Amino acid sequence: MMGQPLLSVRNLKTYFAQDEGTVKAVDGVSFEMAPGATLGIVGESGCGKSITARSIMRIVDRPGRIVEGEVYFRRPSAQGGAGTVVDLAKLEPNGPEMRSIRGAEIALIFQEPMSSFSPVHSVGNQIIEAIQLHQPLGRREARERAIEMLRRVGVSSPEERVNQLSYQLSGGLRQRAMIAMALSCEPTLLIADEPTTALDVTTQTQILDLMRRLQQEDGMAIMLITHDLGVVAEMATDVAVMYLGRVVEQAPVDAIFHDPRHPYTRALLRSIPRIRSRTRERLTPITGSVPHPYDRPTGCPFHPRCPDFMPGTCDRQAPSLRPVGDHHAVSCFLYE
Amino acid sequence: MTASRPPLLRVSGLQKLFPIRKGFLKRTVGHVRAVDGVNFHIDEGETLGLVGESGCGKTTTARCILRAIEPTAGEVFMRVAEGSVVEVGKLGRAELRALRREMQMIFQDPFTSLNPRMTLLDLVGEPLLVHGLRSRREREDRVADLLRRVGLRPEYMRRFPHAFSGGERQRIGIARALALHPRLVVADEPVSALDVSVQAQILNLLLDLQAEFRLTYLFVAHDLSVVRHISSRVAVMYVGRMVEVAETTELFSRPKHPYTAALLSAVPEPDPRARSQRIVLAGEVANPASPPGGCYFHPRCPHVVEVCRTQAPPWREISPGHFVGCHRADELQLAGVE
Repeated sequence: MMGQPLLSVRNLKTYFAQDEGTVKAVDGVSFEMAPGATLGIVGESGCGKSITARSIMRIVDRPGRIVEGEVYFRRPSAQGGAGTVVDLAKLEPNGPEMRSIRGAEIALIFQEPMSSFSPVHSVGNQIIEAIQLHQPLGRREARERAIEMLRRVGVSSPEERVNQLSYQLSGGLRQRAMIAMALSCEPTLLIADEPTTALDVTTQTQILDLMRRLQQEDGMAIMLITHDLGVVAEMATDVAVMYLGRVVEQAPVDAIFHDPRHPYTRALLRSIPRIRSRTRERLTPITGSVPHPYDRPTGCPFHPRCPDFMPGTCDRQAPSLRPVGDHHAVSCFLYE
Repeated sequence: MTASRPPLLRVSGLQKLFPIRKGFLKRTVGHVRAVDGVNFHIDEGETLGLVGESGCGKTTTARCILRAIEPTAGEVFMRVAEGSVVEVGKLGRAELRALRREMQMIFQDPFTSLNPRMTLLDLVGEPLLVHGLRSRREREDRVADLLRRVGLRPEYMRRFPHAFSGGERQRIGIARALALHPRLVVADEPVSALDVSVQAQILNLLLDLQAEFRLTYLFVAHDLSVVRHISSRVAVMYVGRMVEVAETTELFSRPKHPYTAALLSAVPEPDPRARSQRIVLAGEVANPASPPGGCYFHPRCPHVVEVCRTQAPPWREISPGHFVGCHRADELQLAGVE
């Protein structure tokens, strides 16, 4: 990737120790993000994409714990310039440095706009609180800034909306307010975890449109976590495909969709319904289902469902992410 | 379909209003017009996809057909096995129970729609028991057969649903729905809770079972890509009203209603080279408790003219089998997807 990365995740492992065993939710994830880029992280439920995001933000719920790896994040310096690099994985989750990064330099928007706002405080007060937490502004200035942010994200009559409670807003408006709050401190990295999954498709178009416009204006990098390959193709510059806690393939967006290498990526692309298909065309499904987290296959986690499974290799050893082309890396024995 | 043979299901003027009650006396202060005068039919052996965004009334329509809830007005006609046509709304309890053998439902969420305390044998065998198959041995044989048909191993019949993945649970729900040899299966978002890689398995299974048992599906969904893979015809709803019905390929390639065109253009395609100009609709879906006058879509419609604000558009057949409710359907050239 070009220049100095904004974020560099190396061999990140986040495990959940439970009575029944250890769930390796994130098991050796590595990727890099350039400033201003949009990285799509795709995968099915249980692939660890949300836990990866939460690990970066250091908000993994107990008993989850980062057991290994580094998360290098470049903090902007006041003078411009390259800034300083910190390893987020080594910081105290609730210490002063992490708290000055979280919500200010790295912001997060969730899938559920309903449950991510407090139901008993006005939307405006919550945005004002976030602003005052990170910026030396008075109450009145913070309120004006909140109204300004709501206007920027396309909330009509923001002077009135700012006093409303979250349940008084529709799903689309709530997600706009969420984005307004996330961007109020001008983060350099926005992590969007399934930001449009709970929304209707016409509202999704509006929100994706808005995110793209705000990115052009503010230049922040976006980590877009989703299971929807359509949304990724629409938004991302680069894509990381995850399966059972690992990145199995990473490449620029065009290569993922037009030159996929990993059998999982290929199978996933074959299996999804497409709007430009023949009517009532049969699909090519992936056999089986995602294994239970306690029941992780040995070797390559995809081998029980893989059409290219090589007995004696894939079930014995785990492959590692290796370069196969320009910015294109795959974790598969077919390429070793 | 031969001209003399009536469709399997015909819905005429279906309406469902939910009262809005307020205050101590719970006085009715208004109505949510969840379904507001819907007409359509389904022929035997076909799949009608019913699409629309959340709150458009598609699930309420499906439930009214099964009389899981009582419609406020309108008629639902079903052609029963003997060939006669019955009006579902006029049936008494016993007749309705008999009819329910022929119309079954598959639910969206396989995690909440199966009783966790019942084994597969009980879950799939329950409808058989209710409808008079008393012998346990016979029930077991039938359940084993049903499980095999939906791709589950019959040995699993003593297990409980928690032991199964989402896709497998959806197969259990399908086996239960098929237990009584229904002719009409209403599937309400049957794949939207499933992982992408599992969706395809369930869609293929539904296609196979339809061919094998000559089933008729009403397939309720919000995902147009999924709908294209399963439906022979598609009906589009907006705020309780039907806006367009046509044969699937026709509807996708030549939409006649601006809302259908906007829906089609909004689906993100899994191909970065296809990033196209989307129709970004302004505003939000109208509130069914106080819908706008005229055409309900007019505040968001990019093609709105004066008549749209004042008069509800007539429901008409613009070409054979292609119905639309739009004042400007004849003149508009709308882009579809091939």
